[in-house]
Amino acid sequence: MAKTLAEKVWDDHVVRSAEGAPDLLYIDLHLIHEVTSPQAFDGLRAAGRPVRRPELTIATEDHNVPTLEIDKPIADPVSRAQVEALRANCAEFGVPIHPLGDAEQGIVHVVGPQLGLTQPGMTIVCGDSHTSTHGAFGALAFGIGTSEVEHVLATQTLPLKPFKTMAVNVDGELPTGVTAKDLILAIIAQIGTGGGQGYVIEYRGPAIEKLSMEQRMTICNMSIEAGARAGMIAPDETTFAYLRGRERAPADFEQAVEYWRTLVTDPDARFDKEVTIDAASLTPFVTWGTNPGQGLPLAASVPAPEDFEDPNAQAAARKALEYMGLTPGTPLKDIAVDTVFVGSCTNGRIEDLRAAANVLRGRQVAESVTMLVVPGSVKVRLDAQAEGLDKVFTDAGAEWRNAGCSMCLAMNPDKLRPQERSASTSNRNFEGRQGPGGRTHLVSPEVAAATAVAGHLAAPSDLEV
Amino acid sequence: MEKFTTHTGVAAPLRASNVDTDQIIPAEYLKRITRTGYEDALFSAWRQDPDFVLNQPAYSGASILVAGPDFGTGSSREHAVWALHDYGFQVVVSARFADIFRGNAGKGGLVTAEVPQSVVEQLWAYLDENPGAEVTVDLQNLRIVAGDIEAGFVIDDYVRWRLLEGLDDIGITLQHADEIEMFEDQRPAFKPTTV
Repeated sequence: MAKTLAEKVWDDHVVRSAEGAPDLLYIDLHLIHEVTSPQAFDGLRAAGRPVRRPELTIATEDHNVPTLEIDKPIADPVSRAQVEALRANCAEFGVPIHPLGDAEQGIVHVVGPQLGLTQPGMTIVCGDSHTSTHGAFGALAFGIGTSEVEHVLATQTLPLKPFKTMAVNVDGELPTGVTAKDLILAIIAQIGTGGGQGYVIEYRGPAIEKLSMEQRMTICNMSIEAGARAGMIAPDETTFAYLRGRERAPADFEQAVEYWRTLVTDPDARFDKEVTIDAASLTPFVTWGTNPGQGLPLAASVPAPEDFEDPNAQAAARKALEYMGLTPGTPLKDIAVDTVFVGSCTNGRIEDLRAAANVLRGRQVAESVTMLVVPGSVKVRLDAQAEGLDKVFTDAGAEWRNAGCSMCLAMNPDKLRPQERSASTSNRNFEGRQGPGGRTHLVSPEVAAATAVAGHLAAPSDLEV
Repeated sequence: MEKFTTHTGVAAPLRASNVDTDQIIPAEYLKRITRTGYEDALFSAWRQDPDFVLNQPAYSGASILVAGPDFGTGSSREHAVWALHDYGFQVVVSARFADIFRGNAGKGGLVTAEVPQSVVEQLWAYLDENPGAEVTVDLQNLRIVAGDIEAGFVIDDYVRWRLLEGLDDIGITLQHADEIEMFEDQRPAFKPTTV
């Protein structure tokens, strides 16, 4: 029978299938971090259960770690206790960990791929919704809750009903100056924040095939923002080239590649739903509201609630405009920002930092703007420094920080103040996401850097040469 | 986990769509390492507004939340379920739930009752006219009753069974440990390990 990529990976991991019960799915890799794991380890202890496969599990510290003075104890006692709990749990249960200060510490979704642990055809889970990032390699990767974290620790499996499949076909070619971030924001605006519920999205088509692995990760990362369980892209030569030589890449690489080449959707396979996007029609894209589906081309103006037909969308727009302090009809490019954040599991990899640095080189961050550049991992930070990118950022007046999730979710000291406005390369513009009362506009690294220079939302092409 | 069969309690109307888990419980509260005691964290930003529905005396002690579509979007934090549960909610009624939230709710004993948006609107209108009215959610028969309104709701069959029986997922899975071992014996050697 003809199968989609997602169905092939699913079928290869079914331990047990029975009428009236979910499939029992084997999990190849379990990523853990400090925030969603402590209660799961408590559950194991209470039941006297071990971690079934510590060698298929890896931990790092990312969500609440500081990005300044990381050589000192974490100042916030609650954050410190949580990080210490992770270290103690990993020691007790034999789980490998990359703690703060380790050369491989970083955002869990940056660390997995850079170690070569993320490979095509795997099932990968983590107690974090942006686990969808790993789907860029043709893995079936999805976020889970803490009860499921405990379940995977104890059994290395999860009981799950098969997901539905959706194809997002991206035709044509992305115009110059339009990035993977613009593409995924446009996709979410088209299908809506609930449009992907119950689905695994497979991104396909010529515009996707041309993307680098890091750009593909940006796309798959935000699948959850469309409500999807996971996003996937079929592995190809770009994928194999990225993996070759990585620390955890297969010893018998050719044998693995032979299998990986079978991980494509069969020509006559059928998706439950298909959506098509014309890449050539896209321009830089930003959000104006308080969910990632409330986005528009940067050249557009703030919409009015009446622009929406659905009464729920109207009410949501009204509430969002009030929270964001925006007036309908204002050109988006007239919106001044206080803070620019470059980082996160969406856009905190080396190519993202290069893109931002290319815009900033020889320019200055506007006096009214604070710009934070937070690499996704220690390795990204060191690679960037080896290329001199840190110097570009600091010369321009930006702050060069240590690795972590940082202002994406403001669990550490990096926060917006009430009513402060940011242009952020992260993934969520929810109310209070970057700090209580903070106002977030989601943008690409290029738009973030141009905005930092201009002091208001801007594309690199808007800057004077 | 306690068995859930039917529940009757005060229902609160939450007239908002896309209630993401950052609103249900802001990240600040996620630093705690306990599984209980999150009642103060629930909707903590919105609760600062005196007009917020849960601040109205009629809805004190509410245990059923009737919300707009796409409830529980965003972050996978199970703390959102714990906070709702700790506050006293047993049921959330909505036209659409985000997948991860729905899964977490099923593990935490919180019923997600999916109904058409038209039923949500009916319930909102009923609760506006009868603030503090009680609503019954019958998981056995998949029915919601509020005054003269009677409507069916949808929940995953397997989750319903587990909630009715009060069963622990891990215990069920470990009954199949031999099948997990057989699967592990056949895994390709090129799959990576972390040590």
